[in-house]
Amino acid sequence: MTIDRREFIKRSGMGLAGAFVMPDLSKTLSPTVSPDCMGTLYDASQCIGCRNCEIACKSNHTSDDASPAGIQEDQQDLELSAETWSLIKLYQDKENRSIYSFVKVQCMHCIDPACVSACPVGALQKTENGPVTYDEKICIGCRYCMAACPFEIPKYEWEKVFPRIMKCDFCVDRQNAGGEPACTEACISGALTFSKRSDLLVEANNRIQNDPGNYIDHVYGEHEVGGTSNLYISKVPFEKLGLPTLNSSSLPSLTWPWMRAVPGVAIVMASLMTFLYWLTGRKTKIAMEEVHDDSGE
Amino acid sequence: MTTLVNKKNPPDFGTGTLILGFFSLLGLILVVYRWIIGLGATTGLTDGRGWGLWISFDVLCGIALAAGAFVVAGTVYILHLKQFYPILRPTVLTGFLGYALAAFAIAVDLGFPYRIWHMLIYWNVHSPLFEVGWCVMIYATVLALELSPLVFERFNMKTPLKLIRSITIPLVILGIVLSTMHQSSLGTLFVLMPHRVHPLWYSSILPVLFLISAIAAGLAMVVVESTLSSFGLKHKLETRLIGKIAGVIPYVLGVYLVLKVGDMIISKDFAYAFSEGNLSVLFWAEMLINIILPMILFSLPSVRRKPMQMFSAALLVIAGLLLNRFNISLFAFSAGAYAPTWLELFVTIGMVAIGAFVFTVASHYLPVFEHGHISQPAEKPAGIKVLKELEPAISTANIPSTSIE
Repeated sequence: MTIDRREFIKRSGMGLAGAFVMPDLSKTLSPTVSPDCMGTLYDASQCIGCRNCEIACKSNHTSDDASPAGIQEDQQDLELSAETWSLIKLYQDKENRSIYSFVKVQCMHCIDPACVSACPVGALQKTENGPVTYDEKICIGCRYCMAACPFEIPKYEWEKVFPRIMKCDFCVDRQNAGGEPACTEACISGALTFSKRSDLLVEANNRIQNDPGNYIDHVYGEHEVGGTSNLYISKVPFEKLGLPTLNSSSLPSLTWPWMRAVPGVAIVMASLMTFLYWLTGRKTKIAMEEVHDDSGE
Repeated sequence: MTTLVNKKNPPDFGTGTLILGFFSLLGLILVVYRWIIGLGATTGLTDGRGWGLWISFDVLCGIALAAGAFVVAGTVYILHLKQFYPILRPTVLTGFLGYALAAFAIAVDLGFPYRIWHMLIYWNVHSPLFEVGWCVMIYATVLALELSPLVFERFNMKTPLKLIRSITIPLVILGIVLSTMHQSSLGTLFVLMPHRVHPLWYSSILPVLFLISAIAAGLAMVVVESTLSSFGLKHKLETRLIGKIAGVIPYVLGVYLVLKVGDMIISKDFAYAFSEGNLSVLFWAEMLINIILPMILFSLPSVRRKPMQMFSAALLVIAGLLLNRFNISLFAFSAGAYAPTWLELFVTIGMVAIGAFVFTVASHYLPVFEHGHISQPAEKPAGIKVLKELEPAISTANIPSTSIE
């Protein structure tokens, strides 16, 4: 076993390279949608901007129901916040002000949510029948969920000393009690429908087919980031409504191959280092013996 | 970064140490203030941007720059290249301070700092941050154990010294494993966010890029530190030794460059190379000034013979690491407008000052550099004589073959 240093470095370098067991990036977790998964369909073409849903939402999760009624001039500028979990926004074309649309924003309740995979302590959970829930007793406040969410949904109680993450919980309590979310119950125009997601997809496609002039041929949320519980159809392109253009692979499917590879990488690295230690130790010993021989002892 | 200015007169802690002490104290006071008042009132963070300076610098850069510790420990103990022993202790000390401060910074940044231990009992193996958290906790402990002989030697505690020496090799291997895991997982953190990180920086192989760039920067830190401490401690700068470390850097940067360019070709992201205004400028600055230039400089034997030239080239590599992490997590990270408040800034300055202060005090009272005085011609092959006269790394027990005679 006499290898010179250069060759040894070369070999160990190759070993190191081999240690990066490349995760199979092509394999993605195919999020399995439970057939019982509930969802909502928001039909922007039917929304009249009454904001009953918004008020119902607020009065459901807070004690004070002081929500402004009617549309304000700066409607486009309002954003979701720790207090406001659901919001009707107004899109208006800059040149032709007769082209406009309302859009409801709230947590999309993704089928494979980035926030749930990001949360280091599992305070965010995806429940089987749809809602993405938050456990404020577990949260450590790292805010990775806020960065991870492609829809910018989780908000923070910045003014508090111990702030919680705040977002729409799909009225999980009402749903568990057999009811429907406050917002869909409050909708008077038929723009919001609460049902099984699979049924809503059929309904959405029917509406598009029956009135192709009034809808873009796309159900937003069917495939975006692996699919969302809340679906949108609209006449105005979704990106104009502020809904981000996203591809169909779920975000956790990007990181999971890496995370899954971690134990393997750890074992390979540990074995490799032990082997290198043994190998170089042996080499040093042999070198010493050679020195012995040379000195003629 | 950590080894500073004031080391010029370590025996009687000069003005530099006082200044460091002042900024350390100021930082600590501001941290307490932030814990009492809350994040909203003290930072520039908003709903649109939940991560700021503390995550970008203290956590991402701090951990990456501390990577020198596992590389040098591996070189000395696993590859048995004992001639690097003189730089081991200062590097491991810097590494430990880097990790301890990163963990501290996380506690400053968390909304519920007192729940930091939740990661121990609430697991989410899908989360890169979960893995980073665990690795940082364990690795900081490993580094503390690797450093503990300093204290044991200082106070002549034989039994614990024996004990720690007997587990040195497993500790070093554990340190290498943990570092591989979390240095890369810091990259995985951003793999989850293709919608945020600009395509010039986003890549599905970010974990590998993070690990390699951390190794390069860690080695550059070793060069910088060795140079700085040679001023302060008046021991002869082992230029040849540092030159050898520096000689490895072009290879590491080369691997990084090949992977980065290859990835950009495959993902066709070069389309953004000139179209993104300031971001394109940042991208080219990083690639040309902080990767290709130091690669060339460190490849030149003439540079590797001159301490100050190596020092400058190493600073380029470190600046590149800082720029890269800031680009990924701040400048090219699509989120709301953000500017750090003066409090955030002084907490970060305080963290750096604490690291430098502790390093200075530790190297004064503990045998951080003592072993470095053993002069050892680096070009001499590690024959029996050298091995015998050199107090073997932390451990004699682990190299029985050298002690038999």
